[in-house]
This record gives sequence, C-alpha cells and structure tokens, in this order.
Amino acid sequence: MRDTTSAAPHTSATPLLQTVGLTKRYGSFLANDKIDLDVWPQQIHALLGENGAGKSTLVKAIYGLVQPSDGGLRWEGQTMVLSGPSQARARGIGMVFQHFSLFENLTVAENVALGLDGKESFKEMSARLQQVSRSYGLPLDPKREVWQLSVGERQRIEIVRALMQNPKFLILDEPTAVLTPQEADQLFVVLERLKSEGRAILYISHKLEEVRRLCDTATILRGGKKVSTCNPKAETAASLARMMVGTEIKQVKPAASREITVPRLVINDLNLEPEDPHGVHLRDISMELRGGEILGIAGVAGNGQDELFAALSGERLARDPGTIVIEGIAAGHLSISRRRKLGAAFVPEERLGHGTAPRMRLSENALLTGHAAGNMVQHGFVNTAATLNAVDRATETFDVRKAKRDPEAASLSGGNLQKFIVGREILRNPAVLVVSQPTWGVDAGAAAVIRQALLDLAAAGAAVLVTSQDLDELIEISDRIAVMFHGRLSASLPTAEASREKLGLLMGGSSLETKEQAHAADT
Amino acid sequence: MELTEAIILSVLAASTPLLLAATGELVAERSGVLNLGVEGMMIVGAACAFGGAWLTGSIIIGALCGMFAGVLMSLLFAAMALGLAVNQVATGLALTIFGVGLSGLIGARFVGERITPAPHLHIPYVSDIPLIGHILFGEDGFVYLSLALVVAVWWFLYRMRAGLILRACGDNHVSAHALGYPVLKIRMYAVMFGGACAGLAGAYLPLAYTPFFIPGMTAGRGWIALALTVFASWLPGRLVIGAYLFGAVTILQLHAQGAGIGIPSQFMSSLPYLATVIVLVLLSRARTGGSTAPAALGTVFVPDR
Repeated sequence: MRDTTSAAPHTSATPLLQTVGLTKRYGSFLANDKIDLDVWPQQIHALLGENGAGKSTLVKAIYGLVQPSDGGLRWEGQTMVLSGPSQARARGIGMVFQHFSLFENLTVAENVALGLDGKESFKEMSARLQQVSRSYGLPLDPKREVWQLSVGERQRIEIVRALMQNPKFLILDEPTAVLTPQEADQLFVVLERLKSEGRAILYISHKLEEVRRLCDTATILRGGKKVSTCNPKAETAASLARMMVGTEIKQVKPAASREITVPRLVINDLNLEPEDPHGVHLRDISMELRGGEILGIAGVAGNGQDELFAALSGERLARDPGTIVIEGIAAGHLSISRRRKLGAAFVPEERLGHGTAPRMRLSENALLTGHAAGNMVQHGFVNTAATLNAVDRATETFDVRKAKRDPEAASLSGGNLQKFIVGREILRNPAVLVVSQPTWGVDAGAAAVIRQALLDLAAAGAAVLVTSQDLDELIEISDRIAVMFHGRLSASLPTAEASREKLGLLMGGSSLETKEQAHAADT
Repeated sequence: MELTEAIILSVLAASTPLLLAATGELVAERSGVLNLGVEGMMIVGAACAFGGAWLTGSIIIGALCGMFAGVLMSLLFAAMALGLAVNQVATGLALTIFGVGLSGLIGARFVGERITPAPHLHIPYVSDIPLIGHILFGEDGFVYLSLALVVAVWWFLYRMRAGLILRACGDNHVSAHALGYPVLKIRMYAVMFGGACAGLAGAYLPLAYTPFFIPGMTAGRGWIALALTVFASWLPGRLVIGAYLFGAVTILQLHAQGAGIGIPSQFMSSLPYLATVIVLVLLSRARTGGSTAPAALGTVFVPDR
C-alpha cells in the first residue's frame, strides 16, 4: 500500500468524513475490505476502480443505503451510524446517482420534493428550486415531466436536488458518463464553485484525464480493497489505470494495412418514426460502409442510436426496402433472420434481455442468433453438438471465464458475457457487424479484448459499425466517426481530423459549419 | 317517470360496489402492485359482512367485518407477492380462487337467512322532491361513502406528500428505494387499503343490495372493478364516470332482457370489458408521451441491503 499526502493543504484539523476499516460482506463475497478513506472540506476527492472494485458499495454505505458489516463512519471526527439515506441527508450528505434516481412520469418539482425531507410546503420548495437552479446556472422548468427532458437536464435535476439540501458533502457517481464534453465542462465549473464554498466532493469516474484535471486527491480501489491514495495531478492516466487494474493493460493494435473493399452496408435516406412515445424520429440518415472499415457513431445517449440499431437489425422494418442495403441487396423490409442470412450480425447494447436471454444457457443463446445460418438446425431439430461447439469456440477465442461449460447467461459477469456475445457473432464470420456500446460497463481487460476483436474482424474484410458513448474508444478503433443528434447522422470525419472538441460540438447539436467542412473532407 | 327513477336508483346501487372495489385497487396499482385477487377479497368480505350483521344485527359491524376480512385476505397477498416476491399475477389469481372457496365455507350456515338491509337516507321534504330528491338524498350510506372515498383518494394522491411518495413507488421502485423510501412497506399499506375497499364492496352486496347471502354472489364484479381501474387510466375522477357507466350497462342488460330486446345477454355482459379494450386503444393512440399506467405496475421488487 502506498500513501502520499495530498498536495492541497487542509483547512481544518479533522477530516469531514472518514471511513474506518469499512467492510461489507455479501455472503462469502467481500465487496469492501477494511477501507480507510479521509475526505476533507474543500476537497474534490476521486474514487477510482474498475467495475466490481467496490466503489458503489462504499458510497452506498456512506449514504446510508447499505449497512457496513464491520468498521464504520466518522463525521467531523465523531462516530456516525446511518440507518437510512434520510439520516445521511440530515447530516449534510448529498448524492447524485449514476443511474438517475428519477421518476419519469412525475414533474421536476415532484422529483425534487421526493429527494427532500418535506419540511417545507410544496410551494415554498418550488420557489426555492427555481432560486437554487438559477443561482448555479442550472436552469429547470419545475412543471415539466421528466420523460420529456434530455439526459443533461435530468442530471441537472439530480444535482439541484442535492444542492437544495445545502450539503457539506456531495457524492457524484460517474456524473459525466452521459454528458457531452461541453456539458461536462459546465459541470466542472459548478463543482469548482461548490468546492470554493467549502464543501467536500467525492467524485467517482472512469475518465482518468478528467480526474487528473479536476480532483485534488484520488483513492483507488481494486477487488474491494484500497490500493492507494495519491495526488492524481502527480500521476499519469496510465499509472492510475495500472493501479486500478493491477497489471499493464494490453494496447490495442490495429492491423498495419487494411484493404478497403466494396460497400457492404449502405443506408439511403432512412426516415423512421419512433414506435414508442419516448423514442426519437430518425431523419434523413445516409451513410456507406465498406469492407475493411470501422465507422464509429458518437453521440449522447437517446439521440436515436437505439432506433438506428433497431432499423439496421430488422427489429423495426423500414417502409422502403432500398433504404438499407446489406451486401448489395435491398434489406429494409427483411426480417432479422433474413438479414443474418445475408451475412449481417448484430450486438445490441443491453446484454441481458436483448443480447441474451438471461435464464437460458449459453448454448441456447448461441442458437438464438445462430439458427438462421450455419448448421445449428437440421431438418427442424436442434443440433446440440453444434451449439455447444459454438460456445466452446467463443470461450477459447475470447477467453470467456465461467464456472461450467454451459451456464445460464445471467450467471456470467458483464465483461465475460459481453465477450461471449461479441465472440458468438464474430465467429459466424459476418460480412457486416453492427455493434452498440461494445464495452459499456466492461472492465478494462475485457474491453481491450473486444476492441482488438473488432479491429481484427475489419482487417479480415468485414464492415463494422460501432455505436458508442465513449469517444476515446471510437477514436481508438474507428477509421471514420459520425455523430448522431436528434435523430440525424452527421457526415463522417476521418478519425485523424476528429478532435474531441469538434465531436463535442456535433454531439451538442451545434455547428453546421463543421458538418460542411466534414463534407469537404469526405469528397 | 317511475321507471326512469327505478332504473337510475338501481344503476346507483349496481355501481357502488364497483366504485368501492376499484378505488382500492387504484391505490394499490398506483403503488405498483397488481392485485388480481379483488374478486376473492370481495366475496370473502361479503360472507363475513353478512355473518357479522346477522349475528349482531348491526349493518355497521357487518361492514367492518367485511373490511377486516378484506384486509386479512390482502395481507395474505402481501406476504406472498411483497414478502416472498412471488409473481403478482399468479398470487392474485390464486387469491381469487381461494376466496371463492373460503367464502362458500364461511357463508354455508348463513345461506337462506335474511337481514334488514341498510337504511336509506331520508331528509323530510328534500328527499320527497320528485325524481332528483329520491336519487340525490335517498340513498343508503354506502353510496355517499364511496363518493367521499374517491374525493379523499384524489386528495391523498395529488395533494399530500404521502400520496406523492406512493405514486413514486409505482413509477420507479428502484429510485424510491435509493431515496430511502420503504417501498415494500408503502406497497403493503396500499394493498391493505385495497383489501379494505374490496371487503367493503363485497359487504355492500348482502348488506344493502340484496339482504341475504348466496355463494358466488359477487358474480364477477371484482373483475369488472379491475377493468375499471384500467378504463379510468388510474385517475380517480374517471373512475366515477366509469363505475356508473359499467353499472348502467349491467342494469340496462337486465331491462333489455325484460323488455324482450333480442340482444344476447352474454354480449351485454361483455360490454364493460369491450369498453376497457377500446379505451386502452384510444388512450395509447392519443398519448404523446409518458405512460398512463404506473410504470412499475406488477413488477417484483427485492431491495438489496
């Protein structure tokens, strides 16, 4: 264990919040193992770690949602026992959740009221809501229902709700995961201001550059244990990542040269109305993807990526068959299986429930996408040997770790299940692979394996379309990047020209200028 | 004139149990629990209410017995569906089947007995105004109670913090839990309220509608109440309109048969359900966003601790 004192001098003698040997056991599994953490006033303290490192459990314990099995909390030097979030709030601990804890069919004001303790009347609360949101530059309309709001606005509700309790200590769980770079910058301004007001912030993020820029101190967790507390400004992103993972992460290597061949996936002026009221209307989407190419689609979630995936995979049919062309054949009206027979493969974002049937075995899940082509079904009977063989091949090729040969899909960890799903599709040797959020919620090691697999697939001549919220990932693996905004797809930029700033502007919907430049660059 | 008044009076009487049961179910469903056991809770409520009233001679004690029986039945449901996180649809259906059998057992010794039905309000002169006097001021207490209950539920859901929390549990139980609200406890209270209302609705039948108990006397009213909740798109105001509409259909069906109109009675009995389907289609077409149904309705919640 390594402990370097943080660079910033502390303004008070005792830490605001301490966890002392905090341990949380779930059965035989140790989610948190004797974690000591000190957070001082006027400090932005980063909490880093891979998925499953125990960050969420730790902050849940600090917010009173989870009771520690052993060890405990100190608040301003005094032992503190929390039986629930309302007690944490009463002390001055606020939390902004990663998966928004909002109620879609209630109004903004009602959502905020639910996060407060109800000592003031609804009318007073609404007035104060407007005052707080204005003074921090986070505008909100209290009367609107949440389902009508964008992701950025939803996060604003969470932050304003936390601020209305006037917290001394604020926990933010991956607040920038869903924001454009510009929205993230605005958030940092707010956070700096909160810090200058003397508040302490515990900041969870996967984005190491961001942590180095914003945070004064970082505590790194791995496998439920504290690895180190350090000054992130004195570290590099690579050294932080090494501490998080424990080993060097393999660098993803693109093939030296790839042959760009014929167009394998073409979209011609696709327009599609949303099926459900929360959906996005796809408008005038056109693009061409050739063999050997990887096209990345960036964009803030909820700008039509899901709808585009559904249209490409055949979960929704286009009115005009010619709008989607797979391997030179008009496919807009074809079913999922027919598209698979043309050589297309699809990996949706949601692993459990969309990518796999959670309670079915891996071999059965292999059959679900593999039945259209190949030898898994013969004369109407399932060839069990072939389905098991598909599982074994995916396991070997992509290092899928599981307890037995053919377990239920739900029993695999996120990263291993994702490796299985991507492997299942890649081993079918697709001509076209459409993949959505390939490494969402996957640990760094598995992410590297998956990205490498996509690069290898393109090198073998397939056309790969990747939708992701992670700009770094897209920049790492794509040849060209396009941005989705409000159901429209921008022209694509060669990755070399696609700076984070340019993409960020497109993701926020601004600048036709950039679009025109991109056009010029394309032709 | 006489006939119109008679029809309106019988419509009110037929609608009241529907309104009572549906109000309770609306609160339960708003908290995110789908309790398909309404019919079962009603029929047990009916049997216990008649027994209570017959033994004590008091309509009020009878009604309280009915409510109490409904609550007990709903607690059985809550223990299974909330405590043990069993599938709500299966548990609700089982509760109905159980209730029908249990009520036969409880009510067996009361079959053939009679009681004096619940008295009707009578304000001198006012209640004697032709037509409206009798209709507005000459009902039994249950009718007024059911309407007051709807107003109270509306006030609770939309004007009180507790109601907001209850709706929040029905919209997203994960969020409600993360904010520190005891989702299962709130849902249990909502289910118990639903049970009390269903028990009261069942009690209405032998205490006011017909002054005797026969097995199976709820005759599918619990199912109509369930359809009614959907028909009203989970809004208390529309519940009143829907209840009287469905009540009217039931009564008109009898009169149509009596008048020898050649519409099969089976078709008429299916009208409430048909109307529910049509309303659902219209609602989903008209809606621009959001969801009319409580978003977490019927889903199992297991808090992690």
